[in-house]
Amino acid sequence: MSAFTAIDTEEQADKEDFTPAVEPQPTWCPGCGDFAVLKALKGAMPEVGRTPEETLLVTGIGCSGKLSSYFESYGYHAIHGRSLPVARAAKLTNPGLEVVAAGGDGDGYGIGGNHFMHTARENHDMTYIVFNNEIFGLTKGQTSPTSPKGHKSKTQPSGSAKDPVRPLTLSLASGASFIARTAATNPRQAQEILVEAIEHDGFAHIDFLTQCPTWNKDAKEYVPYTDVQQDDEFDFDVTDRREAADMMYEAENRLYEGEVLTGRFYREENRFSYGEEKRRTGEMPADPLAERYFDDDAAWDRSADELLGRHT
Amino acid sequence: MTQTLMWRIAGGSGDGIDSTSQNFAKALMRSGLHIFTHRHYPSRIRGGHTYVEVRAGEQRVRSRGDGFNFLLSLGDSFARNPSEDAYYGNEQLKPLTEHLDDLNEGGVIVYDTGLIDEEDVAEIGLEERAEKNDWHVYPIDLRALAREHGREVMRNTAGIGITAALLDMDTSYFEELITEAMTGETRDQNLDILDRAYERGREFDITHDLRAPSGEHDSEMAMLSGSNAIAYGALDEGCRFIAGYPMTPWTDVFTIMSQNLPHFGGISEQVEDEIAAASLAIGASHAGAKAMSGSAGGGFALMSEPLGLAEMTETPVVLVEAMRAGPSTGMPTKPEQADLEHVLYTSQGDSCRVVFAPANVREAYDQTRKAFELAYGYNLPAIVVYDQKVQGELRTVPTDFFDREATAGMEGVLSEDELTEAAHDAAGKFQRYRHDVEDGSNPRSIPGQEGGRHLATGNESMEVGHISESPDNRVAQMDRRMRKLSSIREELDEMESSHQTYHGPADADRAILVWGSQQDTVFEAVDRLNARGESVKALGVSDLMPYPKTEVTAFLESVEECLVVEMNATAQFRGLTQKELGRFGPKLTSLLKYDGEPFEPREIVSGFEEMNSGTQPEGNMRLEPATGD
Repeated sequence: MSAFTAIDTEEQADKEDFTPAVEPQPTWCPGCGDFAVLKALKGAMPEVGRTPEETLLVTGIGCSGKLSSYFESYGYHAIHGRSLPVARAAKLTNPGLEVVAAGGDGDGYGIGGNHFMHTARENHDMTYIVFNNEIFGLTKGQTSPTSPKGHKSKTQPSGSAKDPVRPLTLSLASGASFIARTAATNPRQAQEILVEAIEHDGFAHIDFLTQCPTWNKDAKEYVPYTDVQQDDEFDFDVTDRREAADMMYEAENRLYEGEVLTGRFYREENRFSYGEEKRRTGEMPADPLAERYFDDDAAWDRSADELLGRHT
Repeated sequence: MTQTLMWRIAGGSGDGIDSTSQNFAKALMRSGLHIFTHRHYPSRIRGGHTYVEVRAGEQRVRSRGDGFNFLLSLGDSFARNPSEDAYYGNEQLKPLTEHLDDLNEGGVIVYDTGLIDEEDVAEIGLEERAEKNDWHVYPIDLRALAREHGREVMRNTAGIGITAALLDMDTSYFEELITEAMTGETRDQNLDILDRAYERGREFDITHDLRAPSGEHDSEMAMLSGSNAIAYGALDEGCRFIAGYPMTPWTDVFTIMSQNLPHFGGISEQVEDEIAAASLAIGASHAGAKAMSGSAGGGFALMSEPLGLAEMTETPVVLVEAMRAGPSTGMPTKPEQADLEHVLYTSQGDSCRVVFAPANVREAYDQTRKAFELAYGYNLPAIVVYDQKVQGELRTVPTDFFDREATAGMEGVLSEDELTEAAHDAAGKFQRYRHDVEDGSNPRSIPGQEGGRHLATGNESMEVGHISESPDNRVAQMDRRMRKLSSIREELDEMESSHQTYHGPADADRAILVWGSQQDTVFEAVDRLNARGESVKALGVSDLMPYPKTEVTAFLESVEECLVVEMNATAQFRGLTQKELGRFGPKLTSLLKYDGEPFEPREIVSGFEEMNSGTQPEGNMRLEPATGD
């Protein structure tokens, strides 16, 4: 019998079950885009049939990192940029968990960029939400990796001389198998995309545009937005790598021209997740590693029996 | 100690020096001897002078000897590329010339004339030096012998055959090892070359007195390294997850674990950097596995922030740190003990971790197991710090030393049944971080368990894990976390056998204090000092955090003065001792070495003798006088 009975339970949760009963209200500013992520995630979880105790939400640092305080589940509030390595090891250790990682654009595309690239290429079966507000919010308004060229801030007083990171293109080149962009102003689409991302068997990356009304007043509220799947102007095959790359490039350019293109940008099907690949090469146990420590019948081999012979 | 054989094999990196020396050492072990090996290698893949020293004796051998007495010089085969002359110079000759200063009187030299030009040898005046030092030189074309009866790479085997002939050794143990490791033509050719080289060696006019010692073991022996011991200790304690990034000299542990974990039902992850490596170990541990990571000092610097995260979230994890000479890239393949303060204090905030420094194979195994036991018993990070010396040296240990039970299950975790009884807040959240636990350590729940949900955060938090900056809560949580260290110290003090090792007569009034890898060399030096009429004892310290105050205080109170031996420039361990004990400063003189080579026993003897002389000892050592409290 499993030591983790919350996993794959028959019980059904609803949206309210993902709302903490005691924690005070979120400390996010009025009008902050982060509320939309929280709402979409609470809405998506019951849709995919998951409950709080089979879900592990791993977050980084910043306003976005506080998501784990306002969402009822097992939470791990890690350090700046390191939510992905913590999350992916948890998934390998207990694959039955629903693992979601989240952080800001500085967290994911800046300080944690290396982890983003490698977690994407390894195609871990998890969902990664990047709160992209094109600014450092909690530290009060410095330029971030996605701030537009020319953006003025306290740390770049003459305007940023850097081209911004292209999050979607970076994700594709790195090897993510599900890539989407949504916006806080589009809650219905956001929840739909989150459901698809969580159900996707592989690394699902969502660039979630979350306006910062306090420190990024210049930026648009991410309206009007266009859903690339709904608009006749865009006709591309989301499973075709080249067409997806062109579409992403277009969307990234247009964001800085004031047009918000959202939707699903890439989906790779028939690719094994990393855990599955590792099981196939024999480098990962067939049963969840975490179960072994709670199983009284588990065998614990000894080095004296298995390894010492080669030294005598 | 009776006469020991101190045999060096020297050649080019990539010439198979390491594997040949291991086979030689294993054959000597099987013949009934005790073994200790020392590796010296450069930071490159091929070429460059490398050597391994094998010390063998009838009784337990605990360190390198002074100098050595047999040189098998194979020449550097990778230094032969004529187009690279400009870079290599006379490097080809180094496996001979680099060793002459250390070769003891009466020593034996065998060199491969197939690679080392006899005219070059004449130019360096070997003949005159040999006469002066009573060295016995046997030049022989090992390369030609190997080429004629097999392939050139087999000149190592030919070298073993000559060694056996000159030391009057039984070749059957070598034959046995060749037969076990090889098949077909390769095996037959090696056996043939061994035999022919042996016969060729017997034709020499043998003028030296040195012979291989003989002995008999009381029980079966195994020969392994500190890296093996750390890995096997981890496996026996139930570690089934490792994440890492290669870096000398930690790579050995990572490799051994990676090769064996699939068989043990575990997972190994090679990842993008050491920040990720430590973070993965933390993630795996949080999700319910016993997990470890590690690196050398540079990679460990990257682990600094995750290490603090483990302290704050109270996620158990074991990290190993293999020290090498720093700062920065330093000398990648050379040992040093200068990362002591690095492992004790790195990461922001007050340290709340366990740090052990094992001195040898046995301690590495025992203390790695204890590190896991404490990490998972008290939900905090534990660090095993060692160096290239402990990592690479092979020692013989009775196989029954390893005949222990493996540890099943996991401490410090509540089952789902226990969770139903545990304290929860009004909203049903598990109180993971309660203030009022006596030993400071709360048991944890694992994601996926019914009734265990909570938030683990690197922020200061309340009892259910919610972020809090309340002053009262802060003090309660800090005090509770720090209480774990005093509980652990108590547990360590009550253990049947202490991690600290004593050597020499208990009533001696002069002493040497040492930590980690230099311990056993100090013990050999202590034996010599006592043999010549001094009265000296030594204490080897392994527990660095929490520090063994009671033991070290009693030890220092019992002596008039004490030499503190360590491989760094700033006397870090002496500083730690003074900080922890707040006294004894005037008793403690430091003997420091940081040239990339471990101490030899004779260096410690001379350092001890000159402790109060006001002069500095010879060699790359420095006496640092005692200072006030």
